[in-house]
Amino acid sequence: MATRAEVLRSMRRAAGLLAGFAVLGAVLVALTWESTAERIAANEQDFLLRSLADVLPADGYDNAVHEDAITVTDPELLGTPEPVTVYRARRDGKPVAAVLTPTAPAGYSGPIRLLVGIRADGTLGGVRVVSHRETPGLGDKIEVERNDWIRGFKGRSLQDPRPGRWAVQRDGGVFDQFTGATITPRAVVSAVRDALIYFDRNRDALFAAPAGAAGLPSPAAGDEEEE
Amino acid sequence: MSGRAAEVMRTGLWSNNPGLVQLLGLCPLLAVSTSFVNGLGLGIATTLVLLLSNVTVSLIRDVVRPEIRIPVFVLVIASFVTAVELAMNAWFHELYRVLGIFIPLIVTNCAIIGRAEAFASRERPGLAALDGIAMGLGFTAVLVTLGAARELIGQGTLFAGAHMMFGEAARAVELQAFDGGFLLALLPPGAFIGLGLLVAAKNLVDAGLQRRQPAAPPLPAAAPGEAA
Repeated sequence: MATRAEVLRSMRRAAGLLAGFAVLGAVLVALTWESTAERIAANEQDFLLRSLADVLPADGYDNAVHEDAITVTDPELLGTPEPVTVYRARRDGKPVAAVLTPTAPAGYSGPIRLLVGIRADGTLGGVRVVSHRETPGLGDKIEVERNDWIRGFKGRSLQDPRPGRWAVQRDGGVFDQFTGATITPRAVVSAVRDALIYFDRNRDALFAAPAGAAGLPSPAAGDEEEE
Repeated sequence: MSGRAAEVMRTGLWSNNPGLVQLLGLCPLLAVSTSFVNGLGLGIATTLVLLLSNVTVSLIRDVVRPEIRIPVFVLVIASFVTAVELAMNAWFHELYRVLGIFIPLIVTNCAIIGRAEAFASRERPGLAALDGIAMGLGFTAVLVTLGAARELIGQGTLFAGAHMMFGEAARAVELQAFDGGFLLALLPPGAFIGLGLLVAAKNLVDAGLQRRQPAAPPLPAAAPGEAA
């Protein structure tokens, strides 16, 4: 029979061993993180810059777009209760375009995160999908690598097509749906339209807010025409 | 001792293949095998983790007391998976974005803790490493075969996205066999059907091999392997 002291000793030894391995594991992860963190941050920034460049007019701006960002919140038009990042592109300090990062909440299998570039005059610079979980082979045609559909937004605005026609063809609009998938393009089209409406209502406040700001300077400006 | 090594290889690649016989790690296997490149990416990551965890578990097999061996194995595996995830994020960023959640989920691949427990904790580091490689390659082979089949049937392409792993030059091998495709293959049911067919095919081959040497006494264990 093991005495109480023996049991305690063996428990202590086991606990010590376990703690030792926990420390070793933590050290391994910390060292790997230490040696990859810089590269990962660079990758992520690179990816963001490339995506932003895709939806902004080429060479039309001269600021560091990814640093000139604010966050705004508008669950109704931006599709998420979370704060949404808005990047601003400027040339000689004057507003050129804004990139909104709204969510299309009504995707077929969950929310679709978008990058919507809107020029100061209200026309679309481009739209890209950041992440989605749509059906491979059907809904994933919204990815630019798979289909040119998403490029069709470039140059559109709230006046083009007319308001009632901002929809997929099945709903009487001008945008193609995919064979076998209507819900996905419908979600994207209405999210882009809502982003345009949001931009239209808040244009000046969006560009006026200082970089890093959370929320717009005058939230009341949202609902009325200012000029 | 090389007979032992050959047997370890054969076990992992064929007779006790983690994907086709042990049916371990089904979640990542079924979810990620929508294309050849996805399968290869996850296969390599899993193999790497298996190799590292098997060697480590084998090295510490005399130190670790039985009552804490499972938590220690989990710690070892989780640490290596996190390290591999960080490394992939750093060096194969695009692929990392595609495989997403399935890299951290390697932790939950029962094949890894299964090998640690059933093999590595009882064998020399050399054999444990070989077992990790064999099991990893066996798993990768299933991932890649299923991925290629589903990709070809489901969307008519092969090796699509190879540039994410091998750089821009690899775009040359990306094939478009035909347009469209049979969508079912890409959906979850297609994964189950495909894996079922692969398991059946393996069993057919095994049955065929057995018939060819009817009452062969089981003593020369290497003979059926050479026939395969």
